[in-house]
Amino acid sequence: MNATNDTVVVTGIGATTPLGGDSASTWDGLVAGRSGVVALEEEWAEGLPVRIAARAAVEPGESIPRPQARRLDRSAQFALIAAREAWADAGFSARAGEDPTVAPDRLGAVVASGIGGVTTLLEQYDVLREKGVRRVSPHTVPMLMPNSPSANVGLEVNARAGVHTPVSACASGSEAVGYAIEMIRTGRADIVVAGGTEAALHPLPVAAFANMMAMSKNNEDPQGASRPFDVDRNGFVLGEGSGVIVLESAEHARRRGARVYAEAVGQGISADSHDIVQPEPSGNGIAHALQNLMARNDLDPAEIVHINAHATSTPQGDLAELKAMRKVFGDDMDHMGISATKSMTGHLLGGAGGVETVATLLALHHRTAPPTINIHNLDPEADGDIVRDTARALPAEGRIAALNNSFGFGGHNVVLAFRTV
Amino acid sequence: MAATQEEIVSGLAEIVNEIAGIPTEDVKPEKSFTDDLDVDSLSMVEVVVAAEEKFGVKIPDDDVKNLKTVGDATDYILKHQS
Repeated sequence: MNATNDTVVVTGIGATTPLGGDSASTWDGLVAGRSGVVALEEEWAEGLPVRIAARAAVEPGESIPRPQARRLDRSAQFALIAAREAWADAGFSARAGEDPTVAPDRLGAVVASGIGGVTTLLEQYDVLREKGVRRVSPHTVPMLMPNSPSANVGLEVNARAGVHTPVSACASGSEAVGYAIEMIRTGRADIVVAGGTEAALHPLPVAAFANMMAMSKNNEDPQGASRPFDVDRNGFVLGEGSGVIVLESAEHARRRGARVYAEAVGQGISADSHDIVQPEPSGNGIAHALQNLMARNDLDPAEIVHINAHATSTPQGDLAELKAMRKVFGDDMDHMGISATKSMTGHLLGGAGGVETVATLLALHHRTAPPTINIHNLDPEADGDIVRDTARALPAEGRIAALNNSFGFGGHNVVLAFRTV
Repeated sequence: MAATQEEIVSGLAEIVNEIAGIPTEDVKPEKSFTDDLDVDSLSMVEVVVAAEEKFGVKIPDDDVKNLKTVGDATDYILKHQS
């Protein structure tokens, strides 16, 4: 790796997910092939067609004091927890300016959510109807605005180089990481805290996704419901939580002697412009994003040994993604172990790209690909080396790279590449 | 029955504790909501709404800006409670 200004590295990792309240416990769950999906026993879930979800393993209120928590949407609470872990993990002792190694004007934050503060919006609408105008919380707007997680993370670390919120449905978290890479590459920042978050376990989003026929209705088998690449897959399982990382110019990381997880090689982006919700079935849109990734970055397909697939467990999407990879990588695809971690975490929507970026980075760091669980009968059309049932060791020596794919309603395709240093 | 001054201060202390997390014993008449009790402008709206409910008073928005301290609010409620 040449440590030029163009080189971006990852120096901190944080997460709070259905598998654990931090990145280490999340990784343990992934490697163990543990499902984070549970039955929704709450009264509000009665009568819904879908009564399963991947709830966060640790309630955010356990680490955020009540006066602060009550003015943050749950999505922002998750983001703050993940960001705090990543920030400390990167070796920073205080917020920018107070930690002498970080200048606030050179620090950015890019944290995305697919839906924003939807539970705040809906709960406050209930307050309006049941208790009247006067009782609607004055914190409602700063809680529900989609840039709230980003802004609150920015406030937390004292980021003044720019705070951004790319919104592209389920690709949002990865788009945020890609945006952060570009911020550093173009010289706007030395450090960017980036990732995704989501908290949408509420009857309205659940009913809406269910009515789209997008979700698995396997209420009798919560842990087996999310099954990407299985021939009987029947939709995604909604998850919640956040994954956030600290990206840094390689030069800045070197100067302060930071521990480096991996190089953030770059991103590939495209849009299907095919349908508002259906993926382009031949995979051409996704292939275009992969081609952009390979054309615009110094990345050799021979180095890529692992792909964290978007694979949400929908009939069409999972296959389109595999077709795209075959189209772009040809025979090279055969040495890429493909993992669908949503089989364990569920689908975190705008948080997915953040959490799966964390999973991809830890896969490189530990040189281990987490498994895809719940494949009882592999779809005969699923063409690729899918890591099934148990974790698999990646090459122990030499430089290896991994991709994180994320796609969203609206036809957004984002592919991120990371590589060991 | 109208609340006494002491009851109002203690009621406001409970409200400020709930909203800003300040220990109730630190909420005293001379304390400024903004400077001493971590109550910013948005949270002040919450304090006012909670106080209206607790003490059966109506505090118009135009009067809120005059309630700088816990004592100001206590006096206002004493005077206006039904």
